[in-house]
Amino acid sequence: MNLVVGYTGLLSVTHAAFYGIGAYTTAILLTQSGVGFFPSIVLGVILTLITSFLIGLVLSKFKGDYYALGTFGFNTILFAIFLNWQSLTRGPLGIPGISRPELFGINFASNFNFLILALLFLGLMYFASRFITSSSLGRVLKAIREDETAIAVFGYNTLYFKLVIFIISAAMAAIAGSLFASYITFIDPSGFRLMESVFILAIIILGGLANLRGSILGALFLILLPEILRFVGFPADIAAQMRQVVYGVILILLMLYRPQGLIGEYKL
Amino acid sequence: MKIIETKNLAKRFDGVHAVDRLSIGIEKGSITGIIGPNGSGKTTLVNLLSGMLPIDGGEVVIDGVQKLTHILPHQISFFGITRTFQNVRLFEQMTVLDNILVVVTERSVFSSFFEKHTKYHQKLAEEVLQKIGLWEKRGQLAVNLSYGQRKLLEIARTLAMKAEVYLFDEPFAGLFPEMRKIVSGIIRELKRENKTIVLVEHDIGLIRELCDYIFVMDEGKLLAEGAPEHVLEKRAVIEAYLGE
Repeated sequence: MNLVVGYTGLLSVTHAAFYGIGAYTTAILLTQSGVGFFPSIVLGVILTLITSFLIGLVLSKFKGDYYALGTFGFNTILFAIFLNWQSLTRGPLGIPGISRPELFGINFASNFNFLILALLFLGLMYFASRFITSSSLGRVLKAIREDETAIAVFGYNTLYFKLVIFIISAAMAAIAGSLFASYITFIDPSGFRLMESVFILAIIILGGLANLRGSILGALFLILLPEILRFVGFPADIAAQMRQVVYGVILILLMLYRPQGLIGEYKL
Repeated sequence: MKIIETKNLAKRFDGVHAVDRLSIGIEKGSITGIIGPNGSGKTTLVNLLSGMLPIDGGEVVIDGVQKLTHILPHQISFFGITRTFQNVRLFEQMTVLDNILVVVTERSVFSSFFEKHTKYHQKLAEEVLQKIGLWEKRGQLAVNLSYGQRKLLEIARTLAMKAEVYLFDEPFAGLFPEMRKIVSGIIRELKRENKTIVLVEHDIGLIRELCDYIFVMDEGKLLAEGAPEHVLEKRAVIEAYLGE
């Protein structure tokens, strides 16, 4: 999502839906067919490429707030599909019994092995993103973020650039979704609603827009912070609520004093 | 030979004729001035020629061949046209160097994906930044430059395009005398290279000094045209432009 929001300056909240497409593709294929985990990732990515291409074609015509509202709408539509296409997704009942992967005799059933697998994918995604951001394409994306009309005058058809980066980032979200489904072994639509996209957005803003290391740092911060707050010693009857309050206050303070995020280069 | 012609070109904003059936021709290799009072349609004309505003009527003819009634911004560089903006539009949170490099690299998504800096690009960027005296500031973000430096960087960005036609919209506005000399020098050098320059400018002294031919606009219409020394003596021009 940082490629779209941080580098290209397009405020998108659709990525939980693409994450959901990857998760549902893997979940359905692993529980209802003989397709393995890794081919299911490939199929999830293909399905996401097609979906994001169609969505991106519409979105690429928008700018600014209209773009953000469009992505809001598409996440809502895809969430409604996950929830209501019960013959395929089992709707709110979710899909249980998703197996952990196995490759070349290595079983990723244990959490440690799965961590290694997830880190490998993280490394792959990081270097793919790095390749993009350090190429001329990355520079054009930043220019679109700064002034789309001005860069267009220099011969760039920005519609294609916006579309391509949207598709690439959607495919990355789908891969994360496949890993999530296999790790948790159960998915239901609640994991792919709009608020999940907002959470991913908070991660990249907090970590730092247009900074790939910032995305990782933001994820670590927002995932680990609630866990750390467990050890603060709030009274048991209000501990959960207090943790939420402290969590919220920390986020507000960070945005007040570090609007560009922890290690960001750009602020919205 | 006319490199750009407009034929009955028109643009309206809520019934106001910003450009009203304007027919002009810009000679290749010349410095052509567009002058007129504020609101006379000069910048609207540049925006129409560069595809930043849709044309409401008439057409633009490029090189006597391409007849266009609809221009998209990304198309103009393929016709060899580039421009600056009345209000400077840089890529603010990118470095000075990146502001240049971004306009000299591949235009297609696929090619740009696999393209990295090359010595050719670096040399070209260095050449134009040296010319305007901003090479030392290449690592700074554009947003941190002074107003005059921002104006110069915008001009450098057009030079890097190696275009045939340069549309300069008030390039001297707000510049110190030293910087004005640099810009005048660049415009003269472009003319020596047989490039075409369209200069929207309020400074009559500069218009007299630089332009081969001028068009005077008033309320979207063409009021007068010709060599500066003749046109600027016309009573109608003096009344409309100088209010005397």
